[in-house]
Amino acid sequence: MITLAAPDLMLAAGLVLVVALLSILGRLGLARDLLVAALRMTAQLLLLGLVLKTLFLQTGFWWMALMALVMLLMAGHEIRARQKRRLSGGWSFASGTVSVFLSAFSVTVFALLVIVQPKPWYEPQYAIPLLGMILGKTMSAVALALDRMSDGAWQQRKILEQRLMLGQEASEASRDLRRDAVRTAMIPIINAMAVSGVVSLPGSMTGQILAGAEPFEAVRYQILIMFLAAAASGLGVFTAVWLASHRLFDGRQRLRLDHLAGRD
Amino acid sequence: MTTRLELERLRNAHFGPIDLMLEPGECLAVSGPSGAGKSCFLRAIADLDPSQGEVRLDGRSRNEFRPPTWRRQVALLPSECQWWNERVREHFDDPGALAVDVLALSPEILERSVARLSSGEGQRLALLRLLANQPAVLLLDEPTVNLDEANIGKVEAVIEHYRQEHGAAVVWVSHSRAQRERVATRELCFPVAGRRR
Repeated sequence: MITLAAPDLMLAAGLVLVVALLSILGRLGLARDLLVAALRMTAQLLLLGLVLKTLFLQTGFWWMALMALVMLLMAGHEIRARQKRRLSGGWSFASGTVSVFLSAFSVTVFALLVIVQPKPWYEPQYAIPLLGMILGKTMSAVALALDRMSDGAWQQRKILEQRLMLGQEASEASRDLRRDAVRTAMIPIINAMAVSGVVSLPGSMTGQILAGAEPFEAVRYQILIMFLAAAASGLGVFTAVWLASHRLFDGRQRLRLDHLAGRD
Repeated sequence: MTTRLELERLRNAHFGPIDLMLEPGECLAVSGPSGAGKSCFLRAIADLDPSQGEVRLDGRSRNEFRPPTWRRQVALLPSECQWWNERVREHFDDPGALAVDVLALSPEILERSVARLSSGEGQRLALLRLLANQPAVLLLDEPTVNLDEANIGKVEAVIEHYRQEHGAAVVWVSHSRAQRERVATRELCFPVAGRRR
């Protein structure tokens, strides 16, 4: 296996700098965002490498749990930040966090206990990459679902209320809204499965192959991760849509737009 | 079917409190400046917005009804009606039973795309859609605002006929004094004098 040293990475970073420079020359306004994101990525991944190195040395359950908790809270925060018109109060953060917790965590624990079976089952070398992959995909899907629910309820408020006025149940009146939210949220993972291996080579498989793994071994892990991510995304999206509709409609089946925060 | 509507200190942030007893077949005309809370008043009766106070139908409290049942009984016609399916007929449980001709509409209109409805046609169809639920109380929020003279007369006649035949109580928000004098048996002027919270 060929190891990468700091100068190798700096050469690659130079390419990003070239793009930033071109953006500045062309006054395209991209340079700042690009450089900030690149710096963030570098710092976050180096920090993660450090954390993983430490974690791998001491396989303590509570250290693993702490790491997982931090990842969960970051996911909840990111979901909240990605919404244009979110549920007010703590509801936005809570519904996102609860949704990814119930889905991504239970699917990961299931995969570790029943499928991969490392010893101990929370062995960081397996637990953290699996959780990271599953949590990442689930987070994107849940964020999309919640955004479609809250923004869609606002956009379609007149139709939703018209259907209530005619005596429809809130569940019936909001059927199109919920269907649209689930669909929008699940399309990326469905598309990712459909084109993987043909158009795109998935990241984790590519990483394993670069690191010298046998291709079929890498492919089997990739298939496992795709299944787990799709299942977790689906469960997370269903939970998020259920939670959001119970907040958007109250016990008397009224549309409660006052439960939405204003647009940022 | 004859049903009495009773409001007891009904209020929320936008109107009230209002006490009202509406007997079967009565028509209450509601007038007042824009922003005085007339629409909010109707929405509160239909239980679309939270409100305090009591609303009863024949002595039965609103809270004893499931919300969809209540809204079928106490039916609100908003001033801007909405259509969410592709075709007009998909909004009706039994399109064949509709008497579209009484409102000068041809049966062909049921096959039309909702994108091709004029606001006047939409409003008349929305009235038929509402009456198909056989409500006991009609809450009308400026139901003829988008109509020409001839159609105003037809809509008023259909509502009058429904009120007589079913003994329905009607609350009718209208900016037209002439219309209020034609249709109403009682009047209520907003803002209603009373203690504001």
